[in-house]
Amino acid sequence: MRIGSPKQSYAADEALFRTPTQWTWFGILLVSLALYPFMADQYWLYLACLISINIISATGLNILTGYTGQVSLGQAAFMGVGAYTVAWLDTHTGAPFFVNLLAGAGMATVAGVIFGLPSLRVKGLYLAIATIAASFILQFVFINWESVTRGMRGMNIDPPQVMGTALADPDQFYWLVVPIMVVMVLGAANLFRTRIGRAFIAIRDRDISASVLGIHLPTYKLMSFAIASFYAGMAGGLWAYFFGAINPESFPLLMSIFLLAAIIVGGMGTILGGILGAIFMTLTPEALRYGVDLLSPFIEDASVILSPVRTMVFGLLIVGFLLFEPHGLAEIWRRVRRFFHLWPFRN
Amino acid sequence: MQGLIEFIEISLTGLGMGGLYALTGVAFVLIYKATRVINLAIGEMLMVGAYLFFGLAAGLALPWWLAILFALAGGGLLGLLLERAVIRPMLGENPISVFMVTIGLGSILVGLVELIWTADPRRLPQFLPDEPIFLGPVFVFPEPFWSFVIAAAVIGVFVLLFRYWRGGVALRATALDQGAAYAMGINVPRVYALAWMLAGMIAAGAGMLLGSIAGLSPALALFGLTVLVVVIVGGLDSVPGVLLAGILIGWIESLAGSYLGGEYEHLVTFALLLVVLLVRPWGLFGTPEVERL
Repeated sequence: MRIGSPKQSYAADEALFRTPTQWTWFGILLVSLALYPFMADQYWLYLACLISINIISATGLNILTGYTGQVSLGQAAFMGVGAYTVAWLDTHTGAPFFVNLLAGAGMATVAGVIFGLPSLRVKGLYLAIATIAASFILQFVFINWESVTRGMRGMNIDPPQVMGTALADPDQFYWLVVPIMVVMVLGAANLFRTRIGRAFIAIRDRDISASVLGIHLPTYKLMSFAIASFYAGMAGGLWAYFFGAINPESFPLLMSIFLLAAIIVGGMGTILGGILGAIFMTLTPEALRYGVDLLSPFIEDASVILSPVRTMVFGLLIVGFLLFEPHGLAEIWRRVRRFFHLWPFRN
Repeated sequence: MQGLIEFIEISLTGLGMGGLYALTGVAFVLIYKATRVINLAIGEMLMVGAYLFFGLAAGLALPWWLAILFALAGGGLLGLLLERAVIRPMLGENPISVFMVTIGLGSILVGLVELIWTADPRRLPQFLPDEPIFLGPVFVFPEPFWSFVIAAAVIGVFVLLFRYWRGGVALRATALDQGAAYAMGINVPRVYALAWMLAGMIAAGAGMLLGSIAGLSPALALFGLTVLVVVIVGGLDSVPGVLLAGILIGWIESLAGSYLGGEYEHLVTFALLLVVLLVRPWGLFGTPEVERL
């Protein structure tokens, strides 16, 4: 059993990892991430890459929606901006991949700030609807700006090159995407130890009170949009490199809803929530596919029902979590941990 | 002259769609006024109504008028069910969560429809008269024309209901001041159920009309997004605003689609939405929200 929290300095209070145990677990996590590619096959590595990309994007959305309280349904469109920038740079300039990725994230940041402008005027549901509009407008640009995006035909991207080797397969790509994911998640976690992050939280809790406290709302709201879109752009760029081809349908509104669902299921306003949610929501369709495969001897055309069942389970997860576990998986995780901390006493 | 006639024809087709926007918008506003829920699943409720009609008329081979009645009843039942099972437990929660719940509901409904009827496009059985209509030299497509007439009639009936029927008065009272409505002996939870049921019926009706114009597929649910634009432009809590905005947006969309090209339809409406949100977030006739600490 663990009791009390004998902190003696502010630094200790706001530390990311508060106890040696947490440091140990974090180390174990890093080691297992490094060992994972040697044990998993291509399929599981493919899933790991996909999950990492989703974690980056969901964490960005979590900064905006979970921490700053600005609901956005445009995250996928900003991913699209990043992906298209990367694809364009890759075909036209042949710059090294990290330059492309940063440029993609930068372009997405610009788009995020522009489409974040309505947040200065409206909030809550109105803002959510404004971001739907933004995502339609960006989609329109992807389809109709033929000279850059090649319209519905889409664009192809060569796999990134590191010192002469192409990171084409999931087992190589893993070494690119997972370190970026770890750095970006740590960056997000550390953001909330700074003035900026705390300003975001203040805006979420009560924007008027925050502005009375001297937080300049326009600056910080736009900053939140900028950071969230930076994450989205990075995720989108990695997505483009990972799949090697993008078209305007790669980043639909449904993907934004998927990401929002991921942070709801995971737990809004916690870093862990974004991670757990992205893992859970990425693995659920795979589990469903496995389930449908199991059913196929008994039901005719089992594969036909996969897509509708996936849509339905997706909706059920959103509704179920909001009704019964509004703080998401992160809260369940906390309960489990508390049980062990307080053992052998109850709660 | 030819150009003018073409313009009038396009405008009239747009007005036909506008009538449907206005009708669905009324369903949306009904729900918003009574329960303060932004119902993003309205497009899906509409689609379910259309599919119910399809299933009853084509699948069970019922006569079309009976199928319409059953589909309307089914839409109302769906509204009741959603309200009781999902929306009521969420009332009083953060509006964003409620909004997300309706997105989830929409997803469930789409999945259900695709599971039962698959995602392939279908044709609704013909129930609107299909002789072409000529107003002088101007030709009007029959389906938009009749849907406009039906939509206008239904909206008229509902406006009268809100004005004179006891239930309608209870609805307006609840929308105005929930506490006072309770104190006057109005059963507020029943009013919630009533609002959702009526909205479900209106949506189902609009879905059948829309399905007969645009054909039947799960993509019908996207109609809900344009309705969202309509209600924001008109003002979330204003029936006249929604009627005007519905007609206006139907018209603009049709003009943009004909003169600029089909892909501009949504661009123009959503650009309009952004402008309205920036200039007048509460819409044409909505009530501005006053926030107090």
